[in-house]
Amino acid sequence: MSITPKPSIISILEQNLIMELAAKNRRIDGRALTDYREIKIERGIIEKANGSAQVSIGKTKVMAGVKLELGEPFPDTPDEGVLTVNAEFTPIASPTFELGPPGENSIELARIVDRNLRESKAIDLKKLCITPGKKVFIVFVDINILNHDGNLIDASTYAALAALLNTKMSNFEVNDGEVVFKDGVQPLPMNNYPVPVTFAKIGRVLMMDPQLQEEDVMSTRLTIGVDKDGCICAVQKGGMGELEPDDVRNAVGMALEKSKELRTLIIGGS
Amino acid sequence: MAIYTQKKQIVTPGELLAQGEYYPELNTFKEKDKIYSMIVGLFDYRGNRLSVVPLKHCYIPYVGDLVIGKVVDSGMSGWTVDINSPYSALLPLTEAISRPHSMRKDVEGILRIGDMIKAKVIAFDRTKDPILTIRDRDLGKVTRGKVVKILPSKIPRLIGKKGSMINLLKKVSLCDLTVGQNGVILVMCKSSEAEEAVIDVIRMIEREAHTQGLTDRVSEALRRRIAGTQ
Amino acid sequence: MIKSYPERLIDENGLRLDGRRPDELRPIKLEIGVLGNADGSAYIEQGKNKILVGVYGPREIHPKHAELPNRAVLRCRYRMAPFSTEERKNPAPSRREIEISKVIREALEPAVMSEYYPRTVIDIFIEALQCDGGTRCAGIVAASLALADAGIPMRDLVSSCSAGKAGGEIVLDLFDLEDKYGEADMPVALMVNLNMVTLLQMDGKLNPIEFERAFTMAIEGCRKIRGLQVEALKKRYQGIVEREGTSEFDEEDT
Repeated sequence: MSITPKPSIISILEQNLIMELAAKNRRIDGRALTDYREIKIERGIIEKANGSAQVSIGKTKVMAGVKLELGEPFPDTPDEGVLTVNAEFTPIASPTFELGPPGENSIELARIVDRNLRESKAIDLKKLCITPGKKVFIVFVDINILNHDGNLIDASTYAALAALLNTKMSNFEVNDGEVVFKDGVQPLPMNNYPVPVTFAKIGRVLMMDPQLQEEDVMSTRLTIGVDKDGCICAVQKGGMGELEPDDVRNAVGMALEKSKELRTLIIGGS
Repeated sequence: MAIYTQKKQIVTPGELLAQGEYYPELNTFKEKDKIYSMIVGLFDYRGNRLSVVPLKHCYIPYVGDLVIGKVVDSGMSGWTVDINSPYSALLPLTEAISRPHSMRKDVEGILRIGDMIKAKVIAFDRTKDPILTIRDRDLGKVTRGKVVKILPSKIPRLIGKKGSMINLLKKVSLCDLTVGQNGVILVMCKSSEAEEAVIDVIRMIEREAHTQGLTDRVSEALRRRIAGTQ
Repeated sequence: MIKSYPERLIDENGLRLDGRRPDELRPIKLEIGVLGNADGSAYIEQGKNKILVGVYGPREIHPKHAELPNRAVLRCRYRMAPFSTEERKNPAPSRREIEISKVIREALEPAVMSEYYPRTVIDIFIEALQCDGGTRCAGIVAASLALADAGIPMRDLVSSCSAGKAGGEIVLDLFDLEDKYGEADMPVALMVNLNMVTLLQMDGKLNPIEFERAFTMAIEGCRKIRGLQVEALKKRYQGIVEREGTSEFDEEDT
């Protein structure tokens, strides 16, 4: 059951300020409409995980960890490894996150991250097949929100991507359908590097990388996922507002441009 | 300035009704200089005031409305009453008894869960539930008769111009009819069969509310049915 | 049961696996007012999709603390019947159904004039009885009709349709095989008169030119479907109303 959420209690004064500034193409922290907050990426911080990364965008902090296990493939893709993405809106991240099973927001976020990775074929899942129909590698990507200050979708996807780029799997060999692990490690086979760009629509203006207060005021959210070939691999409109068709076209154009520098940032250093 | 549809045409939500200097009234709204319908209904206009008559809507209480409701809960300070509305109503204890009462008076003795009451709405705004009273004459617990529920949007048709339809029903059936604005009607006749006859005719009015020649057909049908019960 | 990968999604005549041209909608049938207890209801068949929507409300909300002081709350559930797909679907709500319930609610929110019924809930129950791709779009189409049938005021009907890429071609209204084996799927919902998009998702791979073509095609599809929605509403209520001559309607005491 999806139910209209309670609006956040942002003061009218703050709301008005954000909307007035937006009408003049300005933002409360002085950023341009297409500026992201400072992005910091730390890689390989969790040694027990196969791969990990922590991404901060401004004060938003998300950690992603990758674990590899052996398991069975899905029946309709017997020769491919399995990717599964999960997200946890841990209560430490925000007073608005409650304890309990995943709510619709964390499920939606996990599925958006999954879509970005899956549709762009970021991981070469065919190389993760051991015995078709019987045994494959399962890639678990787990996302932990540590501090929520807006734009969790982008932060989570960048963290997941950085963690995957950082992932090491043991060298292995297949003998009679059995996996034999050998010395040494290899990186996870990756083919693509999808980068989502999320916008908030405030009034009639689209702005990138909304911080929490902007999210509290926005009517609509739009995420455009772009892969390394400049193709769009995932799109999601969120929120209870509406978009003009040209809003969508403009957002796509801006995302195609912006994703290039973001991709360089996320890959660089791996 | 243009009106794009005709009186009594069925219009749908978001349908453009007119453009220019018109005033959006019942169930219409204006965006820039265009007027749209909000609902499925029949377009109507008087001068440049546009409205859409609903085919179905729920009952929203107004102060002064006579309503017929069912007691669904009781507490120390009064009762909760289902008045066929998205808003359940409160009947405070003080609005149910005409004289000052002693503290030992049994709330249950006045009204029980399941009782039907004739009541009047004395307060309602969108921030609180509606408040009822049964202290006037002609209000209070319903002790006999049958109750029928119709769409609240058909109540005006059931009453008729200057009460023409409801008076016709009363005259032909010789029954006591109380029409609640909330779509609930209380029918009290000398016989159970007469009550059924009146209820059937009320349902007929609900079904055929927007058709021509209804009064005559109703009169005919009711006379026949009442004659059959005697 | 493992389905074999279809050879081609578009044949040598440019026709799709179900015989349609790339820009053709599946046949659509709409019925309104099909359930006795719901305040409003509608049923849609679109190709092999069979979806039933019931609307209750505005009505009192339980628990009371979920109410909003100045508007009605929308509560939406999209559910697939266990027998609706090739392989039986586990009755427990899946993550996909949870996400779809959310995006459908968000697609309808901008249209429903919820400020008319503060402190109430409008319940929208979408039951997908048979699923063959594009069920969230069909669900939205039927939900708009069910809301209208319930007399709930709306700024506009919401129409919905998907477009995408299958067999290398940009196609309209993807069915299940095309969604599974095609290159991209883009569901869109549109308030046609206001020209506002209320649902937009995409998964797959489209270059910017393909994206534009698919987006435009989906919007056109929404416009066509809205025509069918209006036709269905008018037909439903036609029988109840007379339009010629003097009707007592004119002399009504409203």
